[in-house]
Amino acid sequence: MFEICADPQNLQELQWLACYLTSGKHILFYQSFGVVMLLLVITAPVSLGFGFIGASAARSPIAPLRWFGKGYTSIVRGVPDIAFFLFFVIALDQAFEWLRHQVKCPDWDAPIRQGSDFVVCAQAKLPLSTSPQWVHESYGFTLAVLTFAIVFGAFAANVLFGAMRSVPRAQMETAEAYGFSHRQAFWRILVPQMWLYALPGLSNLWMILIKATPLLFLLGVEDIVYWARELGGSKTARFSDYPHGDWRMYYFGALLVFYLLLTKLSEIVLDKLMARLSHGQATAAGEAQRKAAA
Amino acid sequence: MSCWDTVMDYGLRSIGIGERLLPRSDFTLCQQFTLIGSGMIWNIYFGVLALAFGFFLSIAVALGKSSATPLIRKPAEWFIFLFRGSPLFIQFFFAYFAFLSLKQVAPIFDPLTSAAFGATIVLFLNTSAYAGEIFYGALKAIPKGDLEAADAYGIMGWKRFRRITFPTMLRLAWPAYTNEAIFLFHATALVFFSGFPAWQQRGDALYYANYFADKTFNPFVPYPILAFYFILLTLSVITIFGAINRRLTRHLPQETRPKLRLRLMLVR
Repeated sequence: MFEICADPQNLQELQWLACYLTSGKHILFYQSFGVVMLLLVITAPVSLGFGFIGASAARSPIAPLRWFGKGYTSIVRGVPDIAFFLFFVIALDQAFEWLRHQVKCPDWDAPIRQGSDFVVCAQAKLPLSTSPQWVHESYGFTLAVLTFAIVFGAFAANVLFGAMRSVPRAQMETAEAYGFSHRQAFWRILVPQMWLYALPGLSNLWMILIKATPLLFLLGVEDIVYWARELGGSKTARFSDYPHGDWRMYYFGALLVFYLLLTKLSEIVLDKLMARLSHGQATAAGEAQRKAAA
Repeated sequence: MSCWDTVMDYGLRSIGIGERLLPRSDFTLCQQFTLIGSGMIWNIYFGVLALAFGFFLSIAVALGKSSATPLIRKPAEWFIFLFRGSPLFIQFFFAYFAFLSLKQVAPIFDPLTSAAFGATIVLFLNTSAYAGEIFYGALKAIPKGDLEAADAYGIMGWKRFRRITFPTMLRLAWPAYTNEAIFLFHATALVFFSGFPAWQQRGDALYYANYFADKTFNPFVPYPILAFYFILLTLSVITIFGAINRRLTRHLPQETRPKLRLRLMLVR
């Protein structure tokens, strides 16, 4: 990065550290923080969407749709989330390849599961073996995002389902009295009002999502945990310009601090948001605001 | 080989009793059931130990957080923030590498680098922080009248804590504490994926489920088996904690007894 870094052996303590922390691999490490943020930014709205679909399905008058919604919200109960992560990544991958296999190679007659192997025709492979490296990486990341979105969508569906039920019944009755159709009442009365009731649950979910991001590592994405292990391990002078002992403890200490800061920041922002949403509402928080102002 | 032989061979494999070599090919359903079930021993071990010790520390932390002296309150608040604000996964990694460094200093810390001790300590501290927050909330929710009545009867100090504050706090916190216990058991599945080595392939249920999924490249068998075991575990936790809940609330009229309600929060 800097001029002086050309010859790391002759550097003083501070300069050495500055050069070390700006080496090419460290830049990749810093970029992986961006991967975590990207995951958060993509997963949050997608899982909220999944959750909304799940919650709406769970209160649908059509029975199979309702069963689907109820089933979706309850799959994540009772089983560790990490098991879902490990499961969905392989299952989704195989499901996609199987679907493509059915479409692209209809006259393939060998079985797909041969002993311990999962064999699809070459055109159905995802990503194609001829595609460049970045396609492979982004496919892995997409699978991870989808897995996160499915699991957290189930959590969000549970929260939103509860929030929809918390909207005072009288509001819906008034809508019906004014001749709103079922659909109109849902979109114009229920949905705008449910957010206040959903927010505590959703902010809790956001905190949980933040704390689940290191599990990306288990899904095979080169994230911060991967780089912290990689960079922190002891390096000898033969293989690295910057030999050092086992520093993994410090790297993970830094990750710990990163997550604590992220949590603190989120807490502050979510408190502000809650205060704003409570404004003028007939809830305890809204009432407290009114009293404080008066 | 019959299924019973497999159970004899692998039933206690996760604690090092029985056949040393894991199955390498021709995996049967029986092998998967047995080995994953054998791995559950570790999950139960971690969960029970962490809960048993964590119960006491969490009450201490809750009392600390509600203390009026900043010298006691601040450390308790920081402890809770540290363990609730960061992912357990990172805590495991950090602790493991910290224990490795400690080992360099003095060989007495050697056992800490094993999952059996090191991971239990992390889980113990983690659950203490989560449960401490729950108990703190319950402390704040004790009806004012109960404490005033204690004052009126001249019950003070330690006696007031033991007779009034503590039982009420426990009763109020119990439903939430039950959830915490369930999530703690789920969190034990992280141990062998976060630095702590599975010595001689003695791992927990998820470790073996992952082993089978990797070997057979078929996730649709081992993970549902794992789910089955965990649902069983969750149900037993609910049963045991429900029985304690009934005992804690036995003096209350039937309809005012708080029911155990499962809430969702699976990741920490």
